[in-house]
Parts: sequence; C-alpha cells; structure tokens
Amino acid sequence: MIDQDVLERVLAGATSTGADFAEVYAEDKRSTSAGLDDGRIEQVTSGRDRGAGVRVISGETTGFAYTSDLTEDGLNVAASAAAAAARQGGGGVKTVGLTRAAAHRPNAIVHQPDAIEKAAKVDLLTRMNEAARSYGPEIVQVSAGYGDSTKRVLVANTDGVLADDEIVRTLLRINAVANGDGGMQTGYQSMGHTVGFEIFDTVDVEEMAREAARQAITKLAARPAPSGEMPVVIKHGTGGVLFHEACGHGLEADHIQKGASVYAGKVGKQVANPMVTLVDDGTMPGEWGTLGIDDEGQRTQRNVLIEDGILTDYMWDFLRSRKDGRPQSGNGRRQSYQHLPMVRMTNTFVMNGPDDADDIVASTPKGVYVAKLGGGSVNTASGDFVFGMTEAYLIEDGKITEPLRDGNLIGNGPKVLQDIDMLADDFAMGSPGTCGKDGQGVPVGDGQPTLRVKALTVGGTAS
Amino acid sequence: MSAVEDTTAELQAVADRVIDQAGSGEQIEAFVSRGGETEIRVYQGDVEHFVSAQAEGIGIRVIRDGRTGFAYAGTLDEAAVAEVLAEARSNVEFGTVDEFAGLAEPDGVEPTEQTLWNDTLAEYETDRKIDIAKKLEKLSSGLDPRVRVDDSNYADAWGETAVASTRGIRQSGRENGCYVSVSTLADDGEGDDAETQSGFGFSVGKSPDEFDLDRAAREASERATCLLGATKPASKRVTVVLDPFVTAQFLGVISSTLNGEAVVKGRSLFADRVGDQVAASGVTFVDDPTNPQAYTSTDVDGEGLAARRNVLIEDGVLKQFVHNSYSARRAGAASTGNATRGGFAGTPGVGCLALSLVPGERSQAEIVAGIDDGLLVQQMQGLHSGVNPVSGDFSTGAAGLLITNGEIGAPVREFTIASTLQKMLLDIAEVGGDIDWLPMRAAGMSLVIHDITMSGN
Repeated sequence: MIDQDVLERVLAGATSTGADFAEVYAEDKRSTSAGLDDGRIEQVTSGRDRGAGVRVISGETTGFAYTSDLTEDGLNVAASAAAAAARQGGGGVKTVGLTRAAAHRPNAIVHQPDAIEKAAKVDLLTRMNEAARSYGPEIVQVSAGYGDSTKRVLVANTDGVLADDEIVRTLLRINAVANGDGGMQTGYQSMGHTVGFEIFDTVDVEEMAREAARQAITKLAARPAPSGEMPVVIKHGTGGVLFHEACGHGLEADHIQKGASVYAGKVGKQVANPMVTLVDDGTMPGEWGTLGIDDEGQRTQRNVLIEDGILTDYMWDFLRSRKDGRPQSGNGRRQSYQHLPMVRMTNTFVMNGPDDADDIVASTPKGVYVAKLGGGSVNTASGDFVFGMTEAYLIEDGKITEPLRDGNLIGNGPKVLQDIDMLADDFAMGSPGTCGKDGQGVPVGDGQPTLRVKALTVGGTAS
Repeated sequence: MSAVEDTTAELQAVADRVIDQAGSGEQIEAFVSRGGETEIRVYQGDVEHFVSAQAEGIGIRVIRDGRTGFAYAGTLDEAAVAEVLAEARSNVEFGTVDEFAGLAEPDGVEPTEQTLWNDTLAEYETDRKIDIAKKLEKLSSGLDPRVRVDDSNYADAWGETAVASTRGIRQSGRENGCYVSVSTLADDGEGDDAETQSGFGFSVGKSPDEFDLDRAAREASERATCLLGATKPASKRVTVVLDPFVTAQFLGVISSTLNGEAVVKGRSLFADRVGDQVAASGVTFVDDPTNPQAYTSTDVDGEGLAARRNVLIEDGVLKQFVHNSYSARRAGAASTGNATRGGFAGTPGVGCLALSLVPGERSQAEIVAGIDDGLLVQQMQGLHSGVNPVSGDFSTGAAGLLITNGEIGAPVREFTIASTLQKMLLDIAEVGGDIDWLPMRAAGMSLVIHDITMSGN
C-alpha cells in the first residue's frame, strides 16, 4: 500500500518537532453488500474505503489526523496536522528504522469474496427468502442481507513496528415477521466469520431462514414476560453478550486507569464464581472478532482475564500499557483509519463448567430460559448492565414451557458474576456482534456454555 | 479553519459530470460530500487527544428497467469516480425489477430558508476550543467534592453536500455545528460500600458563543450525585415522568413506527390505522425540520426535496406517515420530504428529521407536585435491545428518583420499566412545557405516562 522508505520518512517528519511517538495506520477496504426486502433484491452495493490515520503522541497528549490521500505528500499533510495537534515543544532529528513483521493469519481464505460472482451472493438471499416464507403462512415479511469485505491494513510506528494484515469478512442475516391474532412478532438469525465464501459450504442458509421464521411464529403465542427477580438460564452460544457487558467492558484498561470501572484494583481477587474462566482471544480461526494483528500492529493473543473466578488481568492497548509499563495484549482496535485506537475486546468467552445443560433446566423450579439474546449495554462505573432477550420461555417445575414476549434483563456485573451458580459443558460461540464504544463500532465475537444466574431482574409486565 | 472556503460549487460540478454520462433509459443520481471535524478531549487539565481531519466521497445510484444498483468510494479522485459509476451500473443487473423504483422528482415545494452555516464557528481559533473543554472540565468537577470528570469534550463538524439527478434534482449546501459534552463520576462510601455513579452534561450551539457551560456542568454533576445511594426498588406499577432527555429517546423509538417504509413493507404497528385514535387526546406529534430551533433543522432532505413541517398524530389521531419518494410511490402518496441519508456511502432511507410533541404548559416541578406515587426517570438503558418496534414490546433498564406525595424522594437504579408502545401512547397523561432541543433527531420535554411496570426486587 505504502513503500517502507516513505513510511520511515513520514514517521521521522511527524516526530521532528519533538513528539515521542508517531504511527501510520493505513487501510484499503473493498466491500460488497446486497439487501433483500419485501421479496425483492433492493440493491447491490459496492464500496471502497481507503486512507490513512496518523497518530502523534507527546507525553499524555495525542494528536490525530487522517487522509484519503496515500501519497507521501498526503501522508505528510496529515502527519503535520497530527504533530501540531500534539503540541510538543522541543525539536530534533529522528531516524526511523522499520522492521517488517512476518505476516500472520489465524486462518487461510479459500474463496476471496472478490472472486465470487455477485449472482451467487444474491442467490443466497433469494433462497433464504423462499425458505422463510415457505416455513409457515404466518410469515408475512422477510428481509435479508449479505455483506463481505476485504480489508488490507498496514501499521508502522516509530518503535520500529511494521506489520500488515488482510482481513476477510463474510456476513449473512435474516429477519422474519410473523402475523397473528395478537399482532406481529419478529425472528432474527445471523452468522459472520473472518473467512471467505467457502463458509457457505458448511452453513445451511435455508436452515438459518427457517430458524428465524420459527422464532417469529413461536412468539405469536408468547405471553408477556414476568416482572421481577428470578433464576435465568441462558442457552449455550447465545449469551456471551452477558459477559461482554457484565465484565468485559469493565476490564478494559482505559476505564481502569481512569477509575471508571467497578473492577479497578481487583486483580488477584475473587470476582466470579470459581467455576468461571473468562478469556478474550483474538486468534480463534474464523471467528468474527479474530485478527492477525490488532490495529496498532500488535499480534493478537489469547488473554485469560478471569481464571477460576479470580481476576487475572485487564485488556490493554499501546497508550494504556505504556502508562503502566507493561506489555500490550493485542486489544488496540479502531473502527477505521478515521478513528483513534482504544482498548477493545476481540472474541470474549466463558469456558466450560462441570454441569449438564439438561440438569440445569431440570433443577430450576421457576425461572426464565433465554434461547436467544439481543444486544446489551453497560455503565462501567456502576456495573449496571442490560441485555435483551429475543427468544425466551418460562421454566416451570424444571421444564421449559410457554414462550415469552421480548424484554430486557438488568443486573449488576460484579453481583451477576458471583451469582452464576451452574455452568454446563456444552460451550458454543454465538452470533457476530458489533461492539459500540465512544462512537466506534468494531466486530466482536462471544461464546459461552449453558449457564444459570440464580437471580436476575426480568423486565416484563406480568406479575 | 480551511472550511471557510466554500467548495460546494466544485462538488456540484462533480455530481453534474456524473449524471451527464447517463445513457438512454438510465436514471442516475450522484451524491457528493466533503466534511471535516475537530474533536478535543481534555482530562485533568491537559489535552488527552486532538483530532482534526477532513474526508470526502461520492455515492452513485443507477436505475434502469426498474432495477437499482449503487456504489460509493471515499475519494473524489477522477479515476475512482469513474470506477464507482461503472460498479453501480454493473450492480443494476442483480436488482429485482421494481415498478416503484425511481429517483425523486422535483415537486415544486420551495425549501424554507435556513441559516445552517456559521462563520464565527468556521473561524474559531483552536486554542479557544481547547480552553472551552478545559473550562467545562473545571466547572463540572468544582460543584461537588464527590464529583470527578471522566472526560470533557469539544467537538465541531462541517459538511458540504451536492446532489444531482437525471430527474432534475440539483441541490447543494453546507452546514456546520458544534457541541461540548462532559462525563462525570461521583464517588461515595469506602471499602465494600464504595460506589460510583456516572452522569453527563452537554451543550450545543451554532457557534461556541452559544454554549451554556454552567448548565452542562451543573447537569453533569447533579446527574451523577443524585444517584449516589440508589437502591433497587420493589416491583410495582407506577406513573412515570420522563426527563426531557429520556423523552427524546422515547420519541426516537416512536418515530420508527411512523416510518412510511415500515408501513408499506408491513412492519409498522400503525399500518391501516390512519384516522384512528392511537395516542391520548391532546397529544400531537409534529416532525418539523424547518424549525430553526431543532438541532437537525435542514432546508432539504436526503433526496434534495424541500424539508417540511408534517403533523403525524394530531390530538391523538393518526394523520399520516413520513415518506421519501420511493415509499410514497408505493403507498400512493407524495414524498413528505423525509428522505434520510447517512452520507455518501448509503442510499436514502426514510425517517423523521426533527420530531417533537407539541409542548404543554407546566414545568417539571409543577408536574411532579401533582403526583402521589411515581417515578422520575432520568436514564434509560438498552433501548436498542429491549424495544421491538414491530411488536411494540417496550422494556428498558432505568435509573431515577421516586416521587411520593408530590415530592422527589430516594434514588433508585438497577430496575426496568416496561409496557408496550401502543399502550404507552394511549397512557400519556401530560406533556410538559419544558421543551428542549437536544442533539438528536427529536426534542425532549417532561412526559407523564401512566401504568408502567417497574421491575426490581
């Protein structure tokens, strides 16, 4: 994308007025998306996003500028703007020598999206539309979307880092609407991986569509969710967002350093039930949050955050690890070249526990069984977090019974981690997510075995 | 600031050149934009980061034989623009034939004159912007010893857009705006009893001279401290008073049910309900981007048609939905000037541009004084995860203050409030007179809603 000698000169120029660190992050992304709604392929979209962000750090101050001009002149303009913004005093000539790191990909790509006919991509949507609609006469509307992207990134900085990566993503989603006597209900399924079109050799798209249709139709008979505190069982591969919100964000070092997290000062302490081991792992082949390098050029890695209930570490980016004088953990991420990196999760999951999933339901006299979760959000300072349930059932006398209407659940992170009282051995990764923080969205994965929280507040309307 | 130079004519020329290449039987629309931003974050008296940059791009829509294709690129480089047009044309062949496909046609409605560009902001010195963020941080942490500042921010942005189409749409313009925001943390207790609550405050303006930093600081401080000591309430049904900021979020949810695209595609609660009583009498919803008070006021919509005032629900009766040209054509109606556009990378959608309730008379204090048993909702959490605008189910996390015998009482948190959107509109008991135009597509004011389920212990 950019020659090494150009990068060396731009970085040297960016620090020539005294800054202590400079970085160039360049990306070139090509994407294709297609949308189906109301029985029609509404449109196919092709996109191209290409540019570089230059970050210059002087002491505690970061200056940042970006440009869509990847020539040496264009990069120098951005570098000067970033250096001026960092407002350092002194001067001096620096030379920058970059060492290119060996490219590293967690998984091979068999079919590059660009090499696949658009007709084959559109065909997936048509097949899903037909499968969902033929599932039952109650299905009155279907929308579906396909998206792929190939993003080449290049990171170079004055510490000598020069690393690149190529990230391929493939995403498919479907939303079905069912209509019945009590109004409309919705069902949703999605899948996303950091692999090429070969994913459709193994993913049954018709089955995905039928699953969305089934959810919507099932909910036509749903009753209002209960209101109040009760045991909640969360099906495997659907509830990773619980940990993402209950503690993931609170373990990001930027929140820790500002004292804006309930987990500050808790390393080495028991923060969860001893069954719980929580990991953030950017290296998992093919997962939605997987990267070869993070967006600061650091190799991603597997980080154990909570081990047997004890908090072992936080997640780190360049700035926060520099401040604490410790290694980075491969968690520096950004939405695009137009954004500053910060501490972010990759694939966050809880490992298997000792219990049997069926026993968990059977040993719950009364509660709620959540078969599919929606999004969530957290206030890291108080630890209060919510997450939505989009497919849920009552548990009565140890059996899953009636379907429930959509609603939110609310809990407090530190308390919920202690309140996980059963954890099964049926681990599964969940659906692709987009994690929002400070206005930036990045792709993340999550996963967990079936588990029970002994008390969560269910936000329904029924007594 | 480089933005003082007006380059909209240059952008319009780029758009014009694209549509001039249309072949016979081909409709083309080109949307070109250029914009820039300044973002300053201050922490403990120092600049934590300073972002200054600009970007540009083009999106091209091609329609032929009822099929639509689209492509975009984040550059105005001539070769790239040619590639975008070629990609959009190639994408046409994969679209399904749609008899309603088409671009907006000029409808003769003249745009309301608006002042969307402010020279004071465009020429504002960088050092003074930094000083504003520092001052806000200082003010916010100085009101209460329990309060510290998580971050204090100044941000401004400017944008220039031009759209041209083979249907005769030709519009260009530029706008700028700025805001400050502050996030606060309030600490209390020690050891196992230690707790931290968070708050926020903000102020928006056409230029920094319009900021009310004292109010932003006061609100940020009070929002955090008032929740200290909050407990989880018992579950029950209550009357709620939504704070103006919370009401604006609620209106954002309601707006998606009044969306003409959702209606023609069978995804709106209110399809086939025009003429029905869908809200309590006395409740009137107006979408009016021509109101200069609105943060999102504009002269034209995302397709280049004049933005206009539309009454959607009048005295509780559903009058109409908002449309862009496509949803209108399908509904057999006319565009209401409600095409939305997120930028050059997307095609126009449909949405309310500046939704508000017609305000009532009383202040929040007067309203609270008349409530025996209720809840003042100051924060809602999880609107994106717990509200289903298709089924109408509404359930969100909340925090706020109990109201007992007309008096504000103890703080409460870690509970949900729930109902359905259909029921909530009918249960509106009063609209406050304290209208506040917030940095979103809806206005806020105190709003009283009966019979909400509060789920806690």
